[in-house]
Amino acid sequence: MSAVEPPLALLAELTHRCPLRCPYCSNPLELSRASAELDTASWKRVFGEAAALGVLQVHFSGGEPLVRRDLTELVRHATEVGLYGNLITSGIHLDAGRLKELVEAGLEHVQLSFQDADMISGDRIAGLAGSQQAKRRAAGLVREAGLPLTVNAVVHRQNLDRLGEIIDLAVALGADRLEVAHVQYYGWALRNRAALLPTRDQLDAATATVEAARARLAGVMVIDYVLPDYYAHRPKACMGGWGRRFLNVTPAGKVLPCHAAETLTGLDFPTVEEASLSEIWHRAPAFERFRGTDWMPEPCRSCERREIDWGGCRCQAFALTGDAARADPACALSPDRGLLVGARADADEAAPDFIYRQHSAVPRRSPDLVSSSA
Amino acid sequence: MTEGARQSVEGGAVLRFAPHAKFRFDAVRQAWIVLAPERLLLPDEQAVEILQLIDGERAVDGVIDELVRRYEAPREMIAGDVVKMLQDLVDKKVLRR
Repeated sequence: MSAVEPPLALLAELTHRCPLRCPYCSNPLELSRASAELDTASWKRVFGEAAALGVLQVHFSGGEPLVRRDLTELVRHATEVGLYGNLITSGIHLDAGRLKELVEAGLEHVQLSFQDADMISGDRIAGLAGSQQAKRRAAGLVREAGLPLTVNAVVHRQNLDRLGEIIDLAVALGADRLEVAHVQYYGWALRNRAALLPTRDQLDAATATVEAARARLAGVMVIDYVLPDYYAHRPKACMGGWGRRFLNVTPAGKVLPCHAAETLTGLDFPTVEEASLSEIWHRAPAFERFRGTDWMPEPCRSCERREIDWGGCRCQAFALTGDAARADPACALSPDRGLLVGARADADEAAPDFIYRQHSAVPRRSPDLVSSSA
Repeated sequence: MTEGARQSVEGGAVLRFAPHAKFRFDAVRQAWIVLAPERLLLPDEQAVEILQLIDGERAVDGVIDELVRRYEAPREMIAGDVVKMLQDLVDKKVLRR
């Protein structure tokens, strides 16, 4: 295999603890407890190893990274070793004092999640009363602190009709950038797929809304938007290719090529206690497994797009077919395309209740929520 | 709109890097890079040369003049490329007036 390029970014999942319970959470079904989390010294070592390996940006994420009391110390250390620091947060626990500390420690940017433009719906999706109000306050603090603000809105069947209002909200909050992210269906989101998958009509309307807003807001706010796999013709280049651009370290220290990779069975992901990031990136079999194009079956192997989309998403292939080495069913050329197309019919049925994320082996439906306006 | 409208790149505009955009040489890749919120740009040789002239003092016209001098190329040709690239970076909030 040709020389492996260094990764660009590290997603540091500092914790799985989070005040929100979003039913599409990208954390695994088996959430790590606080007692299993890497300690301060280990994270600092990881950041040093990441910078030496060539990582340029670190995303402090989770769960909710603000629940880590050592966050400022970690941000300061990442800055000292030369990493560009982004905070990916729900904003719930953000206050002016904490933010000031983080800015002084070298934090460059905050990405704040919103669940909807409608407060009642947003609180229901997040599974926490008052959350959307807290987020608006947090956005104000970020702007007052002089940091660039990205608003992240995960969109799905139950909020996509309000995408125009979500865009207006992001502009009103002073966001420099809005990331409109369709739900990706693994883990929690796969469990909730029938409640989350949008209809074709919703999607077409949303795409038109984004195009109009982009034209209107050029130079005011950047809108990042990617069509969802379930209605796409070709798969996304997931993570820019397996083991090509990104590293993820879980709260317990496992090193993954993407945050969802733990959903794959049969791969042994090393921990930061077992080897250095450089050794793992260059030599771990789990990173080699789907790197490049040698692993590809048909129709990917002979496809002219094989080095554009890199076969799509391994986690989606596994979630739908049970085999991570098959072509991503998001591709119209995949022999398994029917598995994904068939699921679209769910979007025309009544939406079932959410199964909220929680620390428990057997998730159960949550009865203690304000009812949906829909 | 609190944050104001789009900034347009004209000849007289003096541009600088936004506070949270970093233009630096990366020792691992042996290449110039631009770091911005959740974004990484890998400028090619010509783009690097333009960005090195963005110093918060020189106006866009001055940047173009300097490149015309270096390349002995027609001004209109260089001006078009430079303004297009700078406007794109202003729209991405990497540069600002």
